[in-house]
Parts: sequence; structure tokens; C-alpha cells
Amino acid sequence: MKYSALSVFLNGLRGNTAWQKMWRAPDPKPQYDVIIIGGGGHGLATAYYLAKNHGITNVAVIEKSYIGSGNVGRNTTIIRSNYLLEGNNPFYELSLKLWEGLEQDFNYNAMISQRGILNLVHNDGQRDAAMRRGNAMRLHGVDAEYFDKEAVRRFAPYLDVDQSRFPIVGGLFQPRAGTVRHDAVAWGFARGADSRGVDIIQNCEVTGLRREGGRVVGVETTRGFIGARKVAMAAAGNSSRVAEMAGLKLPIETHVLQAFVSEGIKPFIDSVITYSMGHFYISQSDKGGLVFGGDIDMYNSYAQRGNLSMVEHVAEAGKTMIPRLSRMRYLRSWGGVMDMSMDGSPIIDKTPVENLFINCGWCYGGFKATPASGWCYAHLIANDAPHPLTRQMRLDRFARGNMLDEEGSGPTPNRH
Amino acid sequence: MASLIDCPHCGKRPREEFTTLGSAVTRPSPSADSETWTDYVYLRDNPRGMHDEFWHHADGCRRWIVVSRNTFTHEFGGTRDAAGIAPMISPTEKTSQK
Amino acid sequence: MTPYRLSTGGLIDRKRPVSFTFDGKQYEGFAGDTLASALLANGVSLMGRSFKYHRPRGVMTAGAAEPNALMEIGTGGRREPNTRATMQEIYPDLHATSQNRWPSLDFDIGAANSLLSPFLSAGFYYKTFMWPKSFWEKVYEPFIRKAAGLGRIAEEADPDTYGKAWLHCDLLVAGSGPAGLAAALAAGRAGAKVVIVDEHAIAGGHLVDTREVVDGKSAQAFVEDAVAELRGLPNVTFKTRTTALAWYDDNVVALVERKQKHVAAPEANRAVEILWRVAAGHVIMATGAEERPLVFAGNDVPGVMLASAMRRYLNRFGVAVGRNIAIFTNNDSAYALAAEAEASGITVAAIIDTRSTAPSWTGRARVLTGSEIIATQGGKALKSVTVRTGAKEETLSVDALAMSGGFSPIVHLACQRQQKPVWNEDLQAFLAPDTNGALTPAGSVAGAYSSQQAFNDGADKAVEALTRLGFDAATPAADFADKTPGNPSGLWLPGDVKGKAFIDYQNDVHYKDIGLAVREGFDHVELAKRYTTNGMATDQGKLSNINAIALIARARGCSIAEVGTTTYRPFYTPVSFATLSGTHYGTHFAPVRSSPLHAWSLARGGEMVDAGLWYRPMYYKQAGDTDMMASINREVLAVRAGAGICDVSTLGKIEVTGPDAAKFLDLLYCNDFGKLAVGRARYGFMLREDGIPFDDGTTSRLGENVYFMTTTTAYAGPVLAHMEFCHQQHWPDLDVRFVSVSDQWAQMAIAGPRAREILASLVDEDISEEVFPFLSAKEVTLGSGVVNARLFRISFSGELAFEIAVPAGYGPSVADAIVAAGAIPYGVEALNTMRLEKGYITHAEMNGMVTVADLGFDRMVSRRKDDFVGKHMFGREGLVRENREQLVGVRALKAEDRFTAGAHVLKIGDQVSLENDQGYVTSSVWSPVVKGYIGLALVKGGRNRIGEKVRVWNALLGTDVEAVICSTDHLAEANGGKNA
Repeated sequence: MKYSALSVFLNGLRGNTAWQKMWRAPDPKPQYDVIIIGGGGHGLATAYYLAKNHGITNVAVIEKSYIGSGNVGRNTTIIRSNYLLEGNNPFYELSLKLWEGLEQDFNYNAMISQRGILNLVHNDGQRDAAMRRGNAMRLHGVDAEYFDKEAVRRFAPYLDVDQSRFPIVGGLFQPRAGTVRHDAVAWGFARGADSRGVDIIQNCEVTGLRREGGRVVGVETTRGFIGARKVAMAAAGNSSRVAEMAGLKLPIETHVLQAFVSEGIKPFIDSVITYSMGHFYISQSDKGGLVFGGDIDMYNSYAQRGNLSMVEHVAEAGKTMIPRLSRMRYLRSWGGVMDMSMDGSPIIDKTPVENLFINCGWCYGGFKATPASGWCYAHLIANDAPHPLTRQMRLDRFARGNMLDEEGSGPTPNRH
Repeated sequence: MASLIDCPHCGKRPREEFTTLGSAVTRPSPSADSETWTDYVYLRDNPRGMHDEFWHHADGCRRWIVVSRNTFTHEFGGTRDAAGIAPMISPTEKTSQK
Repeated sequence: MTPYRLSTGGLIDRKRPVSFTFDGKQYEGFAGDTLASALLANGVSLMGRSFKYHRPRGVMTAGAAEPNALMEIGTGGRREPNTRATMQEIYPDLHATSQNRWPSLDFDIGAANSLLSPFLSAGFYYKTFMWPKSFWEKVYEPFIRKAAGLGRIAEEADPDTYGKAWLHCDLLVAGSGPAGLAAALAAGRAGAKVVIVDEHAIAGGHLVDTREVVDGKSAQAFVEDAVAELRGLPNVTFKTRTTALAWYDDNVVALVERKQKHVAAPEANRAVEILWRVAAGHVIMATGAEERPLVFAGNDVPGVMLASAMRRYLNRFGVAVGRNIAIFTNNDSAYALAAEAEASGITVAAIIDTRSTAPSWTGRARVLTGSEIIATQGGKALKSVTVRTGAKEETLSVDALAMSGGFSPIVHLACQRQQKPVWNEDLQAFLAPDTNGALTPAGSVAGAYSSQQAFNDGADKAVEALTRLGFDAATPAADFADKTPGNPSGLWLPGDVKGKAFIDYQNDVHYKDIGLAVREGFDHVELAKRYTTNGMATDQGKLSNINAIALIARARGCSIAEVGTTTYRPFYTPVSFATLSGTHYGTHFAPVRSSPLHAWSLARGGEMVDAGLWYRPMYYKQAGDTDMMASINREVLAVRAGAGICDVSTLGKIEVTGPDAAKFLDLLYCNDFGKLAVGRARYGFMLREDGIPFDDGTTSRLGENVYFMTTTTAYAGPVLAHMEFCHQQHWPDLDVRFVSVSDQWAQMAIAGPRAREILASLVDEDISEEVFPFLSAKEVTLGSGVVNARLFRISFSGELAFEIAVPAGYGPSVADAIVAAGAIPYGVEALNTMRLEKGYITHAEMNGMVTVADLGFDRMVSRRKDDFVGKHMFGREGLVRENREQLVGVRALKAEDRFTAGAHVLKIGDQVSLENDQGYVTSSVWSPVVKGYIGLALVKGGRNRIGEKVRVWNALLGTDVEAVICSTDHLAEANGGKNA
């Protein structure tokens, strides 16, 4: 059923009883062309583009819980392409371009809202870094503007620009950045993939990878063995655990990142704003809640929950940046576990094991990459060759000394 | 473990006093091959379960310690000084609060 | 007396009337009232509007779970949106405003949404608003955003003070109902350190809402005595108005204590709220149980509320919610309300019981068993209810309806550390998971529903925990007259619903939405929540979740246990930025570090700028300086012509001693330090283990086994931690000690042709070129042995220069003497200008991605040493490949052309594209020596491109200038090769 204002109207007249399931709940077939491990945003997008771009529809997405139960259902909904390095920037720009046409493409309103992102800068060093980044974006034709102090003040009058501790001297603004209704991304891709024949199999956990003669031939699951010509991992947060089933050790640590939502209020913050002196960022959802977060909790964790000291730090930075937040209340906190890679950039590549592919290491930036990740990963799986935009996102880049380190933080994941 | 850390020198102290460096991996010998060094610098076991990590009591005794903890439950498994000069504190040795 | 206030009863202070306003109208209540109880006493039943349909809503609860009666409290910087009227105590001139309505609460245009509700079913917005594409952001979304949201944020900064602190105790008791009191009595009497908290203004929990008799006293007197005993014990801390928000690892519980939220004028400089971080040996979770609403059409009309809430208003506040009420229940608990209401002169028109048999009932009210309410009448205030018994329907005129759908234990705290609650079929409730003994649920949260059962449970659980903690505790006892055991109640759902039966009141999720979600494939409880928004309102599903789960189970045809709950996460109730920040915001967001010369700089016109935690002088404003550039240029030219003094105390200073100090430094630095002679200084790089530079600085050998290391300002802390790591973990056998002495020394750079002459006039020793040449370092004295100092012949400007370190306290007077001898003070801007003129690097160049070779220091890297940090990785192919970006100078071709750091370098004639990017400018400055813009840049293959003209392109500032790639040493170029 195509979704439209008319379909909503006609179904409404009939008491909304005729809506169909958005995706089927099929039993697994014995054999697929491609099995994708992980029914999160990236896995579902990969399935969607395998079917749509490459005509590969004999595909199963295997999800241990419900679709979208990982980081696509647990993030702060920001999309942007304000990347510095030439190994990253064009990839994220592809992603942003895909976001821009996604809703009409998969016929689902994911509430993509290009409200802009403003990265505040507080000193000369940060200003210079913002200039370097913004100009790298402009070289690739990506929108970027520099706001001086007065422009920041005009843009967001609620900011304490002259604050006593770390005054704001300017900011890097990307107008086309914005926010998306995150859960709807998983649902839209799932519905689009399902309608093209992809089997989405929920509540089915992969427990092992079956190999024959060094090649992967399928996956062992809680619902039995399922054969596949190719197996593609898309289990960010748990990548190391899945890779271990194939005897692979990854350049990844799993960390928890907390995020928060406040009680709903009338429109207050129109864009995404980041505070560079204290790891704080904030936006406001269409429902009225302020959505905000800070840095990772700093220690390895698979716990999907955070600690109090980071909660406090985030509040301190928020109140410093926007004094009017003072009496606003945190409604809920949550934690997502993420693959923190050794250079802060992702990996989309073949593995040393034949027919096994990997997509991991998204750090805390995986959500915005969802469409491009699916697009490029599908390309890799279909062609056995990397998509040109991910040619620097290889697994062997560490051994070769070709790190993609946007921040220059080095091989210490909790510093990215 | 994530609110309080049992420092082998200072006892239970708030987590805010510490920083962490991740997996307690041992530096290879200078003569090790490049694969061993790549492994050391970049690859991690990253288990969901017990894990030994380097922590630094930065706002305390300034010692680096090895903390064993469960990365899923955050259960405490013991600490020792990174140089091995303080005895291991294991959770079973913890005495009553009184 | 207000119309709905009873003439007697309640714990309010009738001698202290309090007037307040709601939506501009003045009302009176009594001290001890909540805003909700005071409004109810005044006959105000319409207190809010729902989120989606803007339906008129009244108060549903008398506590923290309130979904409807949310208000803005206060004005200006104290305006606080979404405050629960059920938790807000009234104070004189309290200013409350309804929210999410326009133009008024009584007449709200948004209510028209209700008419469209067939088309606004769960998730409808995912299916529409997609065409035309541009309309989402321009038309639909702005409308939706405006309609959404509840109250308004404060208008300005908050004038109030907040605080946070740690507490340590053996036993933390959350909740002071019968179970909590029993637990605290057991622990308090045993001498344990106890913290007991209750979220309400008075202790006693549900017990003070009853007319029970305990130990021959009224429940209220019993509670009062118990509280008095506990407060009298020195080892017990009793906090009311305090909520246990969250349970973290290691039994650390976050509490918020509302110290001054109930007063008209908070005392200045005393916290209005405190965040307590409690490290508890054990936690007794005596948090009680939340009553569940019943699901029936019209269950949201103002006047419909939970039976337990009505009972609280009756007994705690002396308020009759209605004069002629009905009670709709599926369990026994509401019968006590019926009896107490009748005793207070309230007419109970009927008790409508879904069950086929009712408990014994001796009151006047009719009991209609096997009955249900199928509709209610009244828009903004309940007028009547329609009851169906079998095939028979009747309409009862009532002005209030109490409902009870059973109880859900308040298990939040126990479930915040990823364990899920466990469905108990007998109790028809989710109970707390096993928490490994660190936290014990006690009382009704554990299914001990009657007051006697709860008290005994609290006592037993506390004694058990105390025994484990090593205390010898006796079990406290209390005798409750009512011995009826608590009766577990089932979950009741209607067979079918005509009209809207709300599940989540605030978000307007109703019965049919849940079914629709399951039909569309959102049958997992988390998916259903996300699709319908059930449980996502400010009450986080405290009232709605269990009913929603039961409906999902029914739609899926499975058990409630199989459906399970969504994830419980902090916080139990919302908590403000202010409370979580305490005093750590604004000026106090980060600590301030001050150089020993901070005041000295200020006194000389220093314009300070923050540098990490430090403040450093940018420049010194002098009479005649027209602007900042004038000051900087004056300083640069004066230094290069004479001499200047600059405060460099913020550099990290680490003293390294011991027989193995040299060996250790050799392992830390990529260049050789082992053979550094006593009295010599050397510049060096420390690498990360991946071979990339970590920090640079000068280390001097002051004695056989004494070294003085300097780091950059920003890396002083990280370098020390790195050294400790290397020593303690990698090389613990090295006999070396080191300590940060950054704060112990005031350090000054004295640069310029007159530098030696000026210092020679102060230093006791001979520092002539012959005995103290470039890269010398030694301990000296000043003023005939009065001041010990360390003197270094190093330069960061290309001029003849020294750095001198004196004990911090002597800094200002030594600096004065240097100025008196002819040096002018210069700031970090002039310092930066001069270092760029000479081509010295900072972390702007050492950006964490470049190698030592990229920076032009390839020859410094030791080939002799078989080990140092970073040695084993810096030769990887990607780090040594051709055409890496290398550090070069760039100079604008025209004097009037300006470029800034962050500009990118392009070949002349190339198209602007990422592929054509040649690198970027790392630092730039206007040089008064070169008389034009100069900079350093990282340029692909840069060192082979000296002399090449390039574009320096900055699209953000709209500049695109021609420049020439040149040596990093602009000063030498300008002076025709002269070096300092």
C-alpha cells in the first residue's frame, strides 16, 4: 500500500482497520544469496539498496531482537556532512544527498528536517580548525559558512556568547545538516526492503558462522542454520563479538555514549548546536523535547547505560552554554553501545575470510551515515569491490599507516 | 564499577578521579615484528564480559592500575597496581561496611 | 471555606491560609496543600490540555505520576514548565499558568484536532506530509512544531543557587511508607548509618492517606512518632521532599532534595535543590505501588481520577474531589475509599466492580458487580457515567469518578541497571528483578500490599540486609488494626470500546492505537512504544505502560510475560539541568589556573585570553596603541630591536631525577637525550606509540641525574600521565622519579638583542656568550644569592633569547627588575608572530596526523636507539609515502593581501575541488618584519615546491590570494639569511 495523505484519509474513514503490516514476519529460507547480520539502520539500508540498486532480492536481514533496536533507535538524530578528510567528506556528502531524497524514495516520512548545525568555536585554535574543515567541505561543494561572534548572537540569541569562562568567538554552520525521526529510518528501509522481497527475520540471533574450506557458507542462529553465498556483518556495537565468530580481531573497542531528552516545551532551539569546550550538543525534536548529549563514558562497555558523572558534566556544559536551560528537566537518559575504532573512522570492507564482509567502527557517527553506508556496502557486496567513496575505509589501513583520523587523536578510541 | 573504583592504594574513590586507557595490553619487545606491533597498537579483544583495563588515578595517587571488570554488568573483578607493587584487591576480600 | 474543602481532616495547616494564582485568577489554599489539592478544593477541575488532541484534562493522580495537571510555575528566570501540580506545594503568591492551549485553557483552538482524530491515528505522520517535497520543512513541520511541546522555557537565566554533594551510608531507604519506616527503624536502632528519603513534603507514604489505626493510634500519629524517633537518632538522616532518581553502579543512588521549591522567596546563596550522590552499603527500595487507571471510553474527562489519589485528597488534604461520586474498580482496595468518603459526607452513587463477586460491603453505596463503565459525559467536567451490567445500561449523575485498575509496583530503581522486571502471574504485576543483593524491594513494591504486610516486609528485609552488613539488628514491630491481607488485583481490559479510551493520557494514545500498531507489525513492546508514543510523555508511562502491555499481549495472543516491558531508564522523575550542575556552570564550569604573573600582567595592561584552563596575556595595551594590532606590532618590533619579557609560566615543567633518568628520557623522546651534557638543553619530540608526534619541548640537564623538562601548555597534563604510564607499566625497573613543578616556577622568556645585557645585570653568574652559549642551561642566583633561578639559553623567536625560571612567589619582582632593566612586556600574540616569523611549530602544526618527517625534523629521529615510544610504527608505508603534506612557509605576494589559518592551498589555474586540494595553512599572522601576511602550511610534497606560486583559498571568508611557498624561516628570508 502506497502511503499518502489520501491513504491516511481513506483509511481513517474506515476506522484504520485496513492498514497492512509494514513488513512480513517470514520464516527463514534454507538459503539466501546474501545474509545481513543486524537489522539496524545500516543492515536494513544495505538490504534495501541491494534490492533496489543491484537487483539482489534473495536477501535476509537477521536481527537478534526487533528491528532498529540498536543505535538507529538510540541516538540524537543528527545528520550532517561536515567532515574534514578527503577519505570521509565525499562519503558523508553522499549520505546527506541520499537523506534529501529518501522519503520520496522509500515512501515513508522520516521527518528529515534540514535545520542546520552550528559548531561553536571558543578560541583561535578552534576557529582555525573550523576554517580548515569548512574550506575542505567547500572544496567538495558542500555547504559551509563561518559565523563570527555577532552572527552567532543573531542566529541563536539564547546562547551566552560572552560567557565568563569560554566565550564564543564564532561557529561553523552547515545549513543542510539537520535531524531525522530516527526510528522511522529503520522502518522506512525495512518496509522498502520487504516490499522488494527481502526477508526481515526478527528475534533470531546469529550464534556462529559456518565455514567450509575457509569460506563462509552461512550462519548458525537460534532458529537453526541458514545458508548464504555471502554474509555481511552490520552489527555496530557488537562487531567484535560477531567478528570473533570468524576468528577476527578488530581495531575496535565498544563504548557507551549517553544521550538525553528533556520534557517537551514550545519551540526554543531551531538548529543543532554544539558546544566545543565541553562536549555538549543540543537540538529540539518536533515533539518539543530537547535532545542532547555529550561525550562517551570513556570506558569499554556493552551495557547500554551510562554513569552519573557524564550526566552531570552534560548538564554543566548545557547550562553554561544556554543559561535558560537551568530549570529545564532531563526526562530520560539512555546509552548506546558503539564501535569506537582506532582512528575514529568506519570500516566497510571485505574480510580475510572469503564471502564475509564487514561494516563497523562507526563510533558515534553512524546514524547520519545510514543511507550511504547501505549504498556503499551493497555495492561492495554486489561487486566484491569497494565503492569508490569507501576506498579509504579499509580494514588494512592501520597496518599500512593510512589512518583516517579526523581529530588527530591517535589510537586511543576514547579520545576520538 | 563505574561509580566507584577500588584503587589498590587509596581504596574506593569516585570514578571522576580516574581516567582510563582501555585494554591492559602489554607492550611487545622492541625486536617484535611489525605485525605484533600493529596488533598491540590497534587490535583489541573487546570482550563482552571480564576485561582487564588500564586506569589512572589521576586525581589521587597518580598510579596506573589494572582494573578487572565486566564490560556488560560493570561488575568489579579486582584491581592491582600496573607495576605489580600493590597486592591485588579482589571483590571477595572486601570487608563489611561496619 | 472553599466549596470542596471538608470542614475537618487532613494534614494541612488550616491556620495558615495561602493565596496563589492560576491563569491569573487568585485562589486560596492552606499551608501543606499541593497546587492540585488547593485547586480541587476551589472546585477547579480543568487543569491542562493533552498533547495531541488538546483535550481538556483534570488531575489524575496525587503524586509523581501525574500526566495531566502540568503547569508553568513562576515567572522570568524562575519560570518552570511542565511542573506537576500534584507535587508542587503552594506558597504565598505562587504563580501558576496552564500550558499547551491557545487562546485559553477553557477555550483551546487546538481541540479541533479531536475532530480529525480518525486521520491522526498512531503513526499517521509517517505516511503523509511527503508531497510536495519542500512542504515538509516549510509548511507541515513548522505547524507541527508549534502545536507540539507543552510549557515554555524560562525567559532568562536562573537567579537561584543549587548544590551537589556526596553522602555515605550503610542503608539507604527510598520511601517512608510503612515498609520504609520499618526498615529505617530497624537500621537506626541497630546503630547503622541510615539515609531515608521520601518524595513528598510529609513522611508516611500511602499510610497517611488512610484512616488506619496502628498501635492504638491514628496512622498519622503513628507516622509522626516514628519520624520523631528516627529524627532523634544521630545516625539517621531523614529527608523529605527528596526523590531517589536513579540507581547507578556500586550502589550509588542519585537523590534530588527540594530545599526551597516550596517557599515564596528562596534564601539567596542557599541551594534551592541539592543533588545527593549516595554511596550506600545497601538499598531498601520501599517505593510503593502505582495505581493503574482503567481503560474505558471517556476515562479522561476532568473529574475522573485514580481512587488512591481521591483517597489522598480526602485524608491528607481534606478535599472532596466530588460531592457525589462513583467508584469503578476491579479490586478491593477502592472499597476503603468508599467507606471513608461516605464517612465524610460524600455521596457514593455506586461502586462499579468488574468482578462478579464483591467483597463484603456495609456502606450505603450500591455495588454493581459484573459491571463496567462504557462512557462518560461532560466535556470539561464530569457530569455522568454510563454503566453497563450485562445487557443493561444506566446513567449515573456524578461529579467525580474514582477508578482502580489494580497496582503496579514502582520498580524503576531496580530496573535501571539493565535488568528487566519479572511478571508475577499471581500478583498480576511486574516485580523487581533479582539485583544481586545490593538492593532489596520491600513493602507493596514487593507485593506486600496491606500496611501490616508492608511494615513487616520492610522490617524483615532490613534486618536481613543489616545482618549481612555486620549489624546486630532487632525486628521492629507495629500492630495494625486492619489485618486484612492485601488483595492482589487482576488486570482488566474492556471487550470493546466505543469512543476513546485513553492509555497514555498526555500523549493521547488510546485503545485503538495499540491494536493498530500491532496490526502494522509493531508488535514488540519497544516498537509499539516508538510507533504510538505510548509511555514517552513526561510521566514516562508510569500509568500507561502496564495497560499498553496487556493490550499488546491480547492483540498478539500471548502472555504479558512474553511481551515484557520497555526499558526502565533514569530518571524516576525528571530532574533539572540546574540540579545536575550544582555550582559548576558559567564562571565555574571549569577551574581557572593563574600564572604567578597573572596579576603582574593585568597591572601592565595585559588583555587576557583563556588558554585551556589558563589565562594568558594576548598583548599589553599601552597609551598610544590604536588597536590590538598596533599593540602586537609595537611589541614585536620592540623585542626585535631591544628586548621583551613574556610570561611562559603556563608551559608544563617536569623535573626528572634518578640514575636512570637519561635512559628513561631516551625511551620517551624520539631523539637522543642520553648523551646530553650537564648544563645543556635540547629540543625534542615525544611520539605516540603509533609514531605520530605527541608533544615537543626542551629538556635540560641541570646535574648528573637531574633534568628539567618543559612541555607545551596544553600537554602538560597528558605528558605527565604518559610518563607515568611508561614508567609504571612499561619500564617499572628504571630508577627514575619525576614530578610536575609547573606551579612551582614562574618562567619568563627574555628575547631580543639586549636580552643578555639585561639578564647579566641581574644574574650573579657570568652568562656571557663564551660561558653560556646557545642551548646552555644552569642553576643560577639573582640579587647576590637571594633568589635561586634556572636559566636557559633558548629561543622561540629567532632572537637572542633566554628563559628564566624563579620560585613562583618571586615571579612578579623578578619580572619587575627585568622590565626596569629595559625589557618591555609582550604577550602571546607577539610571541606567536615571532615564532611564525622564525617558523617554529606549535600544536597547530603538530596536528596529530603529521609525522616528524612531515614537519621537517626527520634527521632528529634517532637511528641509534633500538627502542623508544613510537619507534616501531613510524615507518609504515602510509607514513613515509611520497607526496605527504609537508611543512613549508607561505607568504602573501601582495602586502595588502591577507590569509588566515584554515585556508586551503590550490595550484594556480586548478579548479576548486577536493581532488585538487594541495594542503592548508596551519597558522598565519601579519608580520611587521616581512610587512605582509605569512604563515606555515602543510602542503603536498611541499619541500620540493619552494618558490611555487599558489592560491590560498578561504571560501568561508571569501578570500583567494596569491602566495608563494617558501622556507619556514620567514625571518631569515626577510633578513637575507641572517640567523639568531
